Amino acid sequence: MNYKLLFTRCILLLQICLSVIYFSSTNSFAYQNTLEKVKSSGVLIWGFDAEGGAPYVFHDPKHPSKLIGFEVELVEAIARELGVKVQHFQNAWDSILLSLQRGDFDIALNGIEITPDREPSVLFTRPYYVYAEQIVVRTADNRINSLEDLRGKKVGTLYNTVAKRMLEEMGGVTVNIYSGQVEPFKDLSLSRIDAVFVDLPIASYYAMPNPQLRLVGEPAGEGYYGIAVRKEDTALAEEMNNIIEKLLRTGELKKIYSRWGLWNASQEKLFLHEELLQKYTEIPASALEKTSPAVITFLPTLLKGALVTVGISILSMMFAVGLGLLLAIMRLYGNTWVQKISTAYIEIYRGTPLLIQLYILYYGLPNIGITLSAFAAAILGLGMNYAAYEAEIYRAGIQSIPKGQTEAALSLGMSKRLALKRIILPQAFRITIPPMTNDFIALFKDSSLVSVIAMVELTKSYSILASASMNFFKLGIITALLYFGMSYPLSLYARKLEKKLRLHDRNP
Amino acid sequence: MIEIHNLSKRYDNQPLFKGLHLTITKGSVVTLIGPSGSGKSTLLRCMNGLEGFQKGHISVNGQKLYGTHEQNYNKAQVPLTLKNIRRKVGMVFQQFNLFPHMTVLHNITESPTHVLGISQVEAESNAISLLKKVHLEGKAESHPGQLSGGEQQRVAIARALAMMPEAMLFDEPTSSLDPEMIEEVLAVIKDLVSEGMTTVIATHEMGFARDVSTDVVFLEKGEIIEEGEPKELFSNPRNDRTKAFLSRFMK
Repeated sequence: MNYKLLFTRCILLLQICLSVIYFSSTNSFAYQNTLEKVKSSGVLIWGFDAEGGAPYVFHDPKHPSKLIGFEVELVEAIARELGVKVQHFQNAWDSILLSLQRGDFDIALNGIEITPDREPSVLFTRPYYVYAEQIVVRTADNRINSLEDLRGKKVGTLYNTVAKRMLEEMGGVTVNIYSGQVEPFKDLSLSRIDAVFVDLPIASYYAMPNPQLRLVGEPAGEGYYGIAVRKEDTALAEEMNNIIEKLLRTGELKKIYSRWGLWNASQEKLFLHEELLQKYTEIPASALEKTSPAVITFLPTLLKGALVTVGISILSMMFAVGLGLLLAIMRLYGNTWVQKISTAYIEIYRGTPLLIQLYILYYGLPNIGITLSAFAAAILGLGMNYAAYEAEIYRAGIQSIPKGQTEAALSLGMSKRLALKRIILPQAFRITIPPMTNDFIALFKDSSLVSVIAMVELTKSYSILASASMNFFKLGIITALLYFGMSYPLSLYARKLEKKLRLHDRNP
Repeated sequence: MIEIHNLSKRYDNQPLFKGLHLTITKGSVVTLIGPSGSGKSTLLRCMNGLEGFQKGHISVNGQKLYGTHEQNYNKAQVPLTLKNIRRKVGMVFQQFNLFPHMTVLHNITESPTHVLGISQVEAESNAISLLKKVHLEGKAESHPGQLSGGEQQRVAIARALAMMPEAMLFDEPTSSLDPEMIEEVLAVIKDLVSEGMTTVIATHEMGFARDVSTDVVFLEKGEIIEEGEPKELFSNPRNDRTKAFLSRFMK
């Protein structure tokens, strides 16, 4: 192959890629404002997260390709009033406002609470729903009857919500933070947590049909859901306000909410003019001071997350190294069946995503009566997955030791077992140090995946703090530095260890 | 001491030994000579069970190893028999096979302490005197990688002796050494032989074989062509093939 030709082709490919990226990212710059764009293109792009779930926006269990929910109906009504069509834009809820700012869609409407810390970054319309926070407990559990009773208990709530903040402001509550709405109720049924504290619509939708769960206490911390638009889109916000007003007056909004069992006396407040509404949920003043804190104030939370990351990584790596060694020995020295079991384990664990393995461990196993804590599931999940890789590393290491070593050991009267333990493994171990360090660093970063099972480690702490403060950049750099600061010394140490061990191998 | 009876061994369909007999009496020094591939090493390795065989049996110090096709072959018994044989018979390899992750001293004490259960202190003092015997008392704390080939092989001999064997097997102990190191290793083996150790050596060193052996065995293609006292066999070989082999070596 002609190298010059190869080079030219690479450049050409790069150009194609860059132009694809360029054209796919140019959107609305041609229009004066978003309202004008929506009207002339005839399309309103709506950002939401269907994973967030019922009753807001979710996939119809009967027709999984179809989205349903009270917000779907609301947005359709709005679009009809605007005379345009709705275009769906699925976006992770955690970063929904960020994507709005980036210009991925025109409006974000997905149970977004109007809170003071969000107001600097986006513009909210008038409220379209009055929510409150509701406690859910197990039917058989009589310990909790009010908000005060949550102190000293393990309470599940959703990531980046008013409920979460209320719990944290209360103090003395062990808060378990979830990304999805189904999981906290699942954990509550499994007695992994004592209560769930979430927005009333969620609480009623998930807890009402479940005889194991019940709602207790009065709804607390009333607040409002609003439609978020970009700061500069005042015209669009004005138009949205008019439409909400109209839908209220015509009773269409009430109809939609009633269909979902969401209309209640509190919703009457939606008729009040904005000035008369008590704008935010009542939360202690100390919470309000947090609006734009210095980055340094986030450090304790990040460091706590880092500690969890380190703990999980070390424990699961220890588990992986032990199990991996066992698997390697089974595969190399076991009888046919033992070998087959080990091989099957390795292939299955290497061939399926860690995320799925974690879900099965944490949410799947309770179906057969095994309920693991999040911490145990995290360590088992990561450990069992990495054991498959460590096993292969060990196998390669063991096989690279010359046969003469075993023969010498056997001829000295050692048993096969003793020869393996004293002669082969110590030598194989040295060979496996570099690839194992590599894996440890990879595991260290992969540990962020355990956030899906309600573990708050470093990455999760980052995304919680960042989406609360909208400070993705600075916090991102700090978090990345924390990761690097932990993994780099590890590489250095491994390099040193490797060098020290290799010193003895010098051939004359 | 070692009796090989009707030994037959084949690799897949390639026969090597076809009913070989050999007796090694206590205190004798038997050298196995012959061209490469004649089965010298394999015969040695059969004697301590590093290689299996199909027919016949090998009896070492009263312990009997049967071929896998023999009626008396009992798979469950093999590990115990091998353990008993290997404790009594030391082996030195062409490639030394020292444990690179251990010091010289540790190489020597490893097996006595872990297999025989001798205390570390005693094993170490034994090791030091063995190192003196092979003229390497200064190298106790070195690692094998820091030693020359000749030194490594002498450590390997000391390591085998530390198990207090009643017989020693040497598998071409000088074949992978530079010429200037051969003598120091042979000298150590000579010392050992002069103390009366029962010894079997596979070697290409004809002068050495003539000097130290009580018996010389000439092997070719897995068959014993000629066997006898060294004086007899080297100066007056009876078989034409022995003559041809020796004439190539004695030039």
